[in-house]
Amino acid sequence: MTDQTERVLPRPTPETVHFWEGTRTGELRLQKCDDCGKIYFPPRPFCPECGSRNVSTFAASGRATLYSYVISHIPAPGLGPPYSVAVVTLEEGPRLMTNIVGCDQTPEALTLDMPLEVTFEAQNDEITLPFFKPAA
Amino acid sequence: MARGTVAVVGAAETTEMGVIPETSELQLHADAALNAMAEAGLTAADIDGIAAAGEAPDVLAQYLGITPAWLDGTLIGGSSFMLHVRHAMAAIEAGLCTTVLITHGESGRSRVEAKGFPEFIGGKLAGQFEVPYGGSLPPTMFTIPVLRYLQTHGLRPEDMAPVSVVQREWAALNPRATFKDPITVNDVMNSRMVAYPFTLLMCCLRTDGGGALILTSADRANDFPRPPVYILGAGESAEGPMVSQLDDFISSKAFRLSGERAFAEAGISHDDVDHLMIYDAFAHVPLYGLEDLGFCKPGEAAAFVGDRNTAPGGSLPLNTNGGGLSYMHSGMYGMYAMQESIRQLRGIAPAQVPGAQVSVAHGVGGMFSVAGTIIFGNEPA
Repeated sequence: MTDQTERVLPRPTPETVHFWEGTRTGELRLQKCDDCGKIYFPPRPFCPECGSRNVSTFAASGRATLYSYVISHIPAPGLGPPYSVAVVTLEEGPRLMTNIVGCDQTPEALTLDMPLEVTFEAQNDEITLPFFKPAA
Repeated sequence: MARGTVAVVGAAETTEMGVIPETSELQLHADAALNAMAEAGLTAADIDGIAAAGEAPDVLAQYLGITPAWLDGTLIGGSSFMLHVRHAMAAIEAGLCTTVLITHGESGRSRVEAKGFPEFIGGKLAGQFEVPYGGSLPPTMFTIPVLRYLQTHGLRPEDMAPVSVVQREWAALNPRATFKDPITVNDVMNSRMVAYPFTLLMCCLRTDGGGALILTSADRANDFPRPPVYILGAGESAEGPMVSQLDDFISSKAFRLSGERAFAEAGISHDDVDHLMIYDAFAHVPLYGLEDLGFCKPGEAAAFVGDRNTAPGGSLPLNTNGGGLSYMHSGMYGMYAMQESIRQLRGIAPAQVPGAQVSVAHGVGGMFSVAGTIIFGNEPA
């Protein structure tokens, strides 16, 4: 890993490709069970709450709050220390891992529960990653 | 399962511990296994069940010359070996096999034919939804929940530092410990920042080593050279492997469920526990463990450690080998926690707790997302 200078990118699977198609077009896509109403992440073609395969995909608002994080000082491929590794709570409920961008990578600038909004950065033609920045 | 029906009759670590560049991961498993078989007075022909993590159990069976009637390759990270013990108990009680060997070996530092974490590659869910953000290493994953925990309980990062300080005190009593020099809270806080709020001295070591256990039914337990150590209760659970998807960050559901099952099966109370091991991959894990296993109320574990209750001479000796923070940590440390529990109950630990009769070993795995708990006793009931 140490000889790698590019960020390690996801390899979409048939069950997740809709998520990565979404990020390319500026949408953060979640899934919802059409039977029990559960909104969930990460993607899968069935409801983790009730087991129904009757699920649909929708675009999330992109609004979130900062649940917890670390500020890593460990060099990682494509990530220059210090960088935040964060878990955010989406307005719709699910949590996801991301990086907080657009602010200092310090404890003072990164306060728990701060409002955030999604921002997309293309990594190549196929993969666009969702990051979060302080809400305007 | 009935308490005390299965016993540990062999327990050993690798001959060397620390930096072992001349030995492959497979041979570390074998070295520990041979040591455990030797102290139990057994050979490969006497073993009919095998469990291993890292290396697959069939690989170990062939390498060691074992013909298994039962195999378990559960691989969920550092608590895999607690699960192996629990599964072996059930197998022995069910008559699937009579004598189980559980092995661990890991070239965590020298990386001689070492394995990685299989869930953290590109096409897996963790590979797609965590690794791209730097969530690819234990120091940036195990650690993510703690700021939420600290804020919820009105604690500061320095409140975690006594965990490292106290465990170094235990390590100083252990000749095999990697680090023995005393440290202070200031030393911990002033050590290099690894992943805020975690400094270097709040993070476990990376070393080479291994360990092995041999289990059989309690009715045979007195036929072996060493005093048996009985398994009084066991539990397991999992949320993992993705830390971002845990139920919440101030308490581990897997810890709670695993601990509750183990205590219920053992039929003991917390006051009965003489000695405790909680896998300390990072300084916060014993704090969550103390609370989620029921030894402390939520938010009170840091003060419990800070007040020296878990230190030498304290009421609840914890991580008496020095733990992953100071003794050794090859990557999946759960085996070493159980080895120390067994040494304590045999009365041969370097930092022996006088009269220890009941020991709890709690393992964490995944990325702070799975758990296994074993309660050992030196009497069957």
